[in-house]
Amino acid sequence: MHNEHIEEHFNNRNVTELDSNYYMVDIADYPTDGWGKFKRVVKRSFRGELFVGLWVVLREMIKFDVHTIQYPAEKMPIGPRYRAVHEMKRLWESDAERCIGCGLCEKICISNCIRIDTKIDENSRKEVSEYSINLGRCIFCGYCAEVCPELAITHGGEYENASDQREHFIMFEDMLTPLDKMKAGTQLEFEGFGAITPHEDERVKKTPLAY
Amino acid sequence: MSKITINIDGKEIQTQEGEYILNAARANDIFIPAICYLTRCSPTLACRLCLVEADGKQVYACNAKSKDGMSIVTSSENIIKERRAIMEVYDVNHPLQCGVCDQSGECELQNYTLEMGVDAQHYAVKDVSRKDIDWGHIHYNPGLCIVCERCVTTCKDMIGDNALKTVPRGADALEAEYKESMPKDAYAMWNKLNKSLIGLTSGEEMLDCTSCGECASVCPVGALVDTHFIYSSNAWELKQIPATCGHCSAGCQISYDVKHTSIENTNEKIYRVMNEWNYVALCGAGRYGFDYQNEVKSKDSAAFAKAIEAFKKADTIKFTSTITNEEAYLLQSLKEKFGYKLVNSEAKAFQTFLNNYSEISGTKLYGYDLEATHNVNFVISVGAALKSDNPNARYALNNSMTVNKGAGLYFHPLKDPVIEGLGKSIMTMYHAPLQEEVVLYLILDLFADKEKLPSDLVNYLASFHSKKTVTVEEIIKEEITEIVKVMKKNEETGEEEEVEEEKKKMVPKKISKEVEVDDNRLLEILGADEKFMEELEKNLAKKDSFALIAGPDLYTHPNSKNLARLLALIEKYSAFEITMIPTLTNSLGVALICELDEVCGEYSVGYNTSGDFTLSALGDGDLDMPAINQQEGTLTSINKRVNPTNAAIGYKGYELNDIANELGLRTELVVDYTPMLPTSKGFKSKNFDDLPNHYDNDGTEHRGYLLDNVAVATSGNESVEKFSDEKMEGTLIYLANPVRQFTPFTSKATNLDEVSGIYMSEEYLSKSDFNEGDSVRVKSKSGEIVVNIVSDNKISGDIALLPTFDSKINSEALFSSYRFATASIQKV
Repeated sequence: MHNEHIEEHFNNRNVTELDSNYYMVDIADYPTDGWGKFKRVVKRSFRGELFVGLWVVLREMIKFDVHTIQYPAEKMPIGPRYRAVHEMKRLWESDAERCIGCGLCEKICISNCIRIDTKIDENSRKEVSEYSINLGRCIFCGYCAEVCPELAITHGGEYENASDQREHFIMFEDMLTPLDKMKAGTQLEFEGFGAITPHEDERVKKTPLAY
Repeated sequence: MSKITINIDGKEIQTQEGEYILNAARANDIFIPAICYLTRCSPTLACRLCLVEADGKQVYACNAKSKDGMSIVTSSENIIKERRAIMEVYDVNHPLQCGVCDQSGECELQNYTLEMGVDAQHYAVKDVSRKDIDWGHIHYNPGLCIVCERCVTTCKDMIGDNALKTVPRGADALEAEYKESMPKDAYAMWNKLNKSLIGLTSGEEMLDCTSCGECASVCPVGALVDTHFIYSSNAWELKQIPATCGHCSAGCQISYDVKHTSIENTNEKIYRVMNEWNYVALCGAGRYGFDYQNEVKSKDSAAFAKAIEAFKKADTIKFTSTITNEEAYLLQSLKEKFGYKLVNSEAKAFQTFLNNYSEISGTKLYGYDLEATHNVNFVISVGAALKSDNPNARYALNNSMTVNKGAGLYFHPLKDPVIEGLGKSIMTMYHAPLQEEVVLYLILDLFADKEKLPSDLVNYLASFHSKKTVTVEEIIKEEITEIVKVMKKNEETGEEEEVEEEKKKMVPKKISKEVEVDDNRLLEILGADEKFMEELEKNLAKKDSFALIAGPDLYTHPNSKNLARLLALIEKYSAFEITMIPTLTNSLGVALICELDEVCGEYSVGYNTSGDFTLSALGDGDLDMPAINQQEGTLTSINKRVNPTNAAIGYKGYELNDIANELGLRTELVVDYTPMLPTSKGFKSKNFDDLPNHYDNDGTEHRGYLLDNVAVATSGNESVEKFSDEKMEGTLIYLANPVRQFTPFTSKATNLDEVSGIYMSEEYLSKSDFNEGDSVRVKSKSGEIVVNIVSDNKISGDIALLPTFDSKINSEALFSSYRFATASIQKV
């Protein structure tokens, strides 16, 4: 089953083939003389199609079936692979931060907008003392999420990053999953760049252990 | 040694007879993988990666010597198999946590794992508990250690501290089937690896050595890391600024690794100092004393105006030798233009000494350098507290003994356990202060070619020799006959009975014999051990190249002129080649460039030393100046090399060139003076930007340029004075710094935390009623100071040390000019 995912299926885009789903749109010739142009104007103006449209609007108005999204009160749902403002995930087991401060995101970032400060903490572990992303420079390419070995930095669905200045920094604390959300078990895994693909288990080679 | 031709992978290359194949390959840009080998040390044979086929036989390139016409293949099917298995073994139980490892990005395990294409693991062994250990300035993580033993090798063969060794790991034995199934070398290497880890020779918990950090520098993985650097930066973020260390005269190649301070502070900061450890070994001051920059917020124009006023008023410029050649030239130009007196007592003493030496030697400079000293097999050191005056001179001495099967002879009044610890082939002679002349006469007596030496000198030396008869005890073998009872079967009766038999036997016997021997009174005057000559003869066996290191004690000695002439005679009439240790960073450069005066005038401007108006890179003067790590320029090293150094971090204030420009010397940059340095003294007319600063793969040093050793006219007078019988006795003090400290600049560095005070050996403290921390009044003929006692286990004997690195302690006040003085020490 997984193999089907691996092979990519492209649509047949060869328009010259007869059995393809493509067909030429029937377009009438463009009028060349004044009379022809006049006839087209009359035909388009008085065909009654205008009233078809007006009827649809009137019908929907009476039925109160409104499709307009009342932004910002209402928002469209965002796809799980959407690449908006970054999030910093926590470990399910311990609620601790996943980020180990390896600096790969900082290294790979093509717009140079990530910076990390690290230090040794009191338990002799590497600690991220500060982490910042300049969203004014970020192009949301997703490389940081893709390179992250711990699935720590991911993209989130937050796309509202209008700011009153060009530089708009987001810090570690802002990105980190809040603890109450963690406790409630509602942290969502990112499915986009960098996420584990479904067939990963079969591709991995196991290291022998002498235990 | 002769030139030979060998063939590696079809390429004909020239090399020296007996050169290791690995070095020959590297010198010709042929890649042979190797982890455990360090260029200037003896081969360890731990990693076995350098396996090659020489004339069809598998050998290790790091310890197989080239022979003429040898044909070498660096890779075969079997070798590839072995190398891949070796890398797999190194990856067994190695944590996959490169993300939190400080070595990541410059890790040889990462590199070779990729190089050998290790994408799966076939071996396993049960791991043992390997917790990280804090050794003080070094942090050891045995979990990451691959036991290549490079740290042990460099500590023994280069540094001479012998502070590290391999210790048992306590792991289970490897599964028996591996012996059959694995490639042979990989198994042998694993079998050894699985039995050991790295530990401290002393058995203590903390590392107690001369703290050079070379072990962490050579570590191919993240097992040994400088404690100050842990988790502060990834290797790839750091920008490397090629430079020259500014702390002592060794002029070591270093790179300052810089990066922004933090997210908030984008100013560059030095995170660590790195070196080309295959070709240069640093000391603790060079490695850890990097943040001595003078941080200045902006140009202080009021102070600058005052400085200009002071320069207009002054008739003297006092300075120290922690300046670049360009600044020295600038000061000399100011002298020529405005007639300032230039006062720098330490450089003046060295300059005078060199001039006196030149009168006999006929050359401006001493003949040898430390690079060459590394390659001889007999080294003498005179007049230097070697480990602290110039750590690289100690490394040269140690390296010559360990790698060339050499021996050393160390003359100094101060007892030094570090020097004694260099090994069995170092002899130490602790003579009394002021007896340096006798030492040089002794060297002449022992090593000079008497047939060529001036005859009055030969006669003078002969006057110390006499014949004496001594009773020696000798053990000879003597034949004796003894009667023993043995059980024998009587053939007639068939019974066992006791029979007496005569047996001849050789037994050792002690006899006393009177023999006539040569009695050398010079040895007696110096207080040499009775066994001295015997031991020396043993040490001199099979020695064919000789070097002598002369230190700063000689330059300030009351009879320094005579000492300089004696040194020149030693160089001329014996096989010894001489290297002199310049007192401070650029004493040699200053001595060559500046005309120095003896005494100060009425109003002085001090540069890094106090004057009526003080310019200081230490941040404590009237006008701030940039420190060496904030400057471009050149420094002249003990190796007679003019090394370029670069600014690692910015400096926002005024520099000496601004003052000079204001006074009427016009150059935009101070390095514009580099090509103007005096060619008559051996400098070359080369632009600063054209000076290289790197090593080639064969170890050739491309750093700046070598000074020409200019010929000096000699009078032909080679007379030397007889030595004076004077020697200092009583309570002695010596002006020297502890290891890792040289000047107030090293004192400013945050990672060098030596406590300052009067240093006394543990032996001294136990014999006297002083205790560590006591405040004492030290009084000599020249002055007195009050300091605290610091116990120092890097010295022994009963001479107390007073440092110069702490500007709060005015140690110099106690000394006239010679580095030793008699003093009274009393508790207050």
